[in-house]
Amino acid sequence: MITYLEALNAAMDKLLADDPRVFIYGQDVGAFGGAFKATLGLKEKYPDRVLDAPISEDAIVGVAIGAAIEGMRPIVEMQFADFSTCGFNQIVNHAGTLFYRTEVPCPIVVRLPSGGTPGGGPFHSQSMEALYATYPGLIVMTPGTVEDAYSMLIEAVALDDPVLFCEHKFLYNHLKAEKLPTECLPAGKARIARRGRDATIVTYSAMVHESLAAAEELVGEGYEIEIIDLRTVKPLDTDTVLASVARTGRLLCVSESWPWGGVAAEVIARVSAEGFALLDAPPQRLNAKDTPVPYHPDLWAAHRPTANTIANATRRLLQA
Amino acid sequence: MSSASRNSGPTRTEYLKAFRVMLAARILEEKLASLYRAGFIKGGVFLGRGQEALSVSVGIHLHKGDIFAPLIRDQAGRMAFGDTILDTLRTYLGSQLGSMRGRDGNIHRGRPAEGYYAMISHLGAMVSTVAGALLARRMRGETGVVGATCIGDGGTSTGAFHEGLNVAAVEKLPLVVVVANNQYAYSTPNSRQFACKDLLDKAAGYGVTGHHVDGTDLGECLRVVGGAIRAAREGGGPQMVVGELLRLVGHGEHDPGLYVDPKLRTSPLGRDCVRVAEDFVLEQKWATAEEIAAWKTEVKNEVDDTALRVRREPTPDPAEEEWRAISELHLQDHFADA
Ligand SMILES: Cc1ncc(C[n+]2csc(CCOP(=O)(O)OP(=O)(O)O)c2C)c(N)n1
Ligand SMILES: [Mg+2]
Repeated sequence: MITYLEALNAAMDKLLADDPRVFIYGQDVGAFGGAFKATLGLKEKYPDRVLDAPISEDAIVGVAIGAAIEGMRPIVEMQFADFSTCGFNQIVNHAGTLFYRTEVPCPIVVRLPSGGTPGGGPFHSQSMEALYATYPGLIVMTPGTVEDAYSMLIEAVALDDPVLFCEHKFLYNHLKAEKLPTECLPAGKARIARRGRDATIVTYSAMVHESLAAAEELVGEGYEIEIIDLRTVKPLDTDTVLASVARTGRLLCVSESWPWGGVAAEVIARVSAEGFALLDAPPQRLNAKDTPVPYHPDLWAAHRPTANTIANATRRLLQA
Repeated sequence: MSSASRNSGPTRTEYLKAFRVMLAARILEEKLASLYRAGFIKGGVFLGRGQEALSVSVGIHLHKGDIFAPLIRDQAGRMAFGDTILDTLRTYLGSQLGSMRGRDGNIHRGRPAEGYYAMISHLGAMVSTVAGALLARRMRGETGVVGATCIGDGGTSTGAFHEGLNVAAVEKLPLVVVVANNQYAYSTPNSRQFACKDLLDKAAGYGVTGHHVDGTDLGECLRVVGGAIRAAREGGGPQMVVGELLRLVGHGEHDPGLYVDPKLRTSPLGRDCVRVAEDFVLEQKWATAEEIAAWKTEVKNEVDDTALRVRREPTPDPAEEEWRAISELHLQDHFADA
């Protein structure tokens, strides 16, 4: 069995082994193996290409951009996604504009340990995919399976554009698979995680698993829910979503991120504009609540969507 | 030679007062560690073991009306500034009755309305915030106010630290930044963090007065930090103190800290400041071993009783939460899924 975290580690190992342009830069990523142990053992194997960085996120991303211009393939690890705000300027204003302004691509990958865990609190829990997706020039990946953690990270490094790689901390050790994949869907393609006929849930990352659990619950009530795992939120695979809604007629979008201008809002905007006639009921969304992510585990559990609240939202949608 | 170095050391009363706060912080933090291991505290527990002497010296020299923005390892400084065993436990255990009401936890606590600022995690952020608070006090005509904030060796690598220090120097604000140079930032040793010989070079670069202190020696910490705070209060502009010491615990209680160089542990940096202070108190005959033991028992009982009490207190009820992050009620945004 291999965990989501081990899959990330295996992907980076393979990338470092296969391509001398790849290097890893981030706080405590060296001998320590990173705050979550994603880079464990890599410093020993590739001592010159796994570098501990100072607590200087702006410089970390800036270094990656400069190195990328000179032909390298840097992978940056933010200790937590939340701290990427300290490197925000370099990400959105430099990496995100470089190709447009100069025709020189910016192949950096910024790994963002994202999402909530009990007791994480306001500054160790954030999901920032919508924030980065709103900026032009960035690709935003949100792997929700062990297989995608592995194959999408490899693909992210191969792409010539800056990739924000939102990996979910809650999945790191919880999620396990039999083996690493040998093939995968390309970036920008969504996956049907579960076939259904009565409603479509569009989601990504950890919420795929909460949604799958909700769908199981609804089987007992005679419903078959289709679940789309977006995998990459930018670009967003509108075709797969529309095709599903064409089959089910009902849409619920679920995201652990905040509601305002989020991925769920974007999906609903697209389906409303391009597939309005396919809908049998108003499209719905379920997001985290519009407050900072709370510390207390009970508040946290109520702040983000869960299988239970997703099932309830789906019931309301089915009755609408 | 900076003005702080010329100050004389603490009196018996001052020393003992600070020492007893250190003891309380140490005993409370041991309780926090055991509550964490027992699964009662979720998230992380980050302790200040080995840094109590430096930290307490900050809190103890601040007055009511001053501003204090402590950081990760400042249980002692927080208590010297007025934080309590009760509110510490409430915050860690997520009690509804604590200052953070379960919305934030552990070290991310404070009462900004009382000058006790609640840190955000993003290192360096508090430096400019305290500078701004001091600017406001000056604009309102208040004099004799000091603002202090603490940070680690690693935190001095953030852009925020540099910008904040520069702003404070340009405005000649009475800001005291106390750097606990505990040799590591999580697993990262200073050799991978900065290349200057002396962290005080960073102060010099911005025109900020710098002070060195042996962070394992309470008497020295009280003298030097006290002097820096006095210098700021008397109009000397921003001051930076670097205390040399070693983090005597893991980064957090989840971390055994195996990467720490064993040579550092046996070096003078690795001395336990609480032990050093206790030995000094005994040597000076300022207290007997029995008196010290009684002080420890007293705190331990208070900590244990308070922990029991707090564990019975109400925790936040999600159904009762208003889920509101802005103060202007009429501007609250509403979402259909609420
Ligand atoms: C801007 C930012 N980046 C990363 C982190 C994650 N982080 C939390 S504590 C820490 C190490 C801090 O080291 P130091 O400043 O030396 O303080 P110490 O823990 O040694 O007291 C790191 C990297 C953070 N809090 N803020
Ligand atoms: Mg440190």
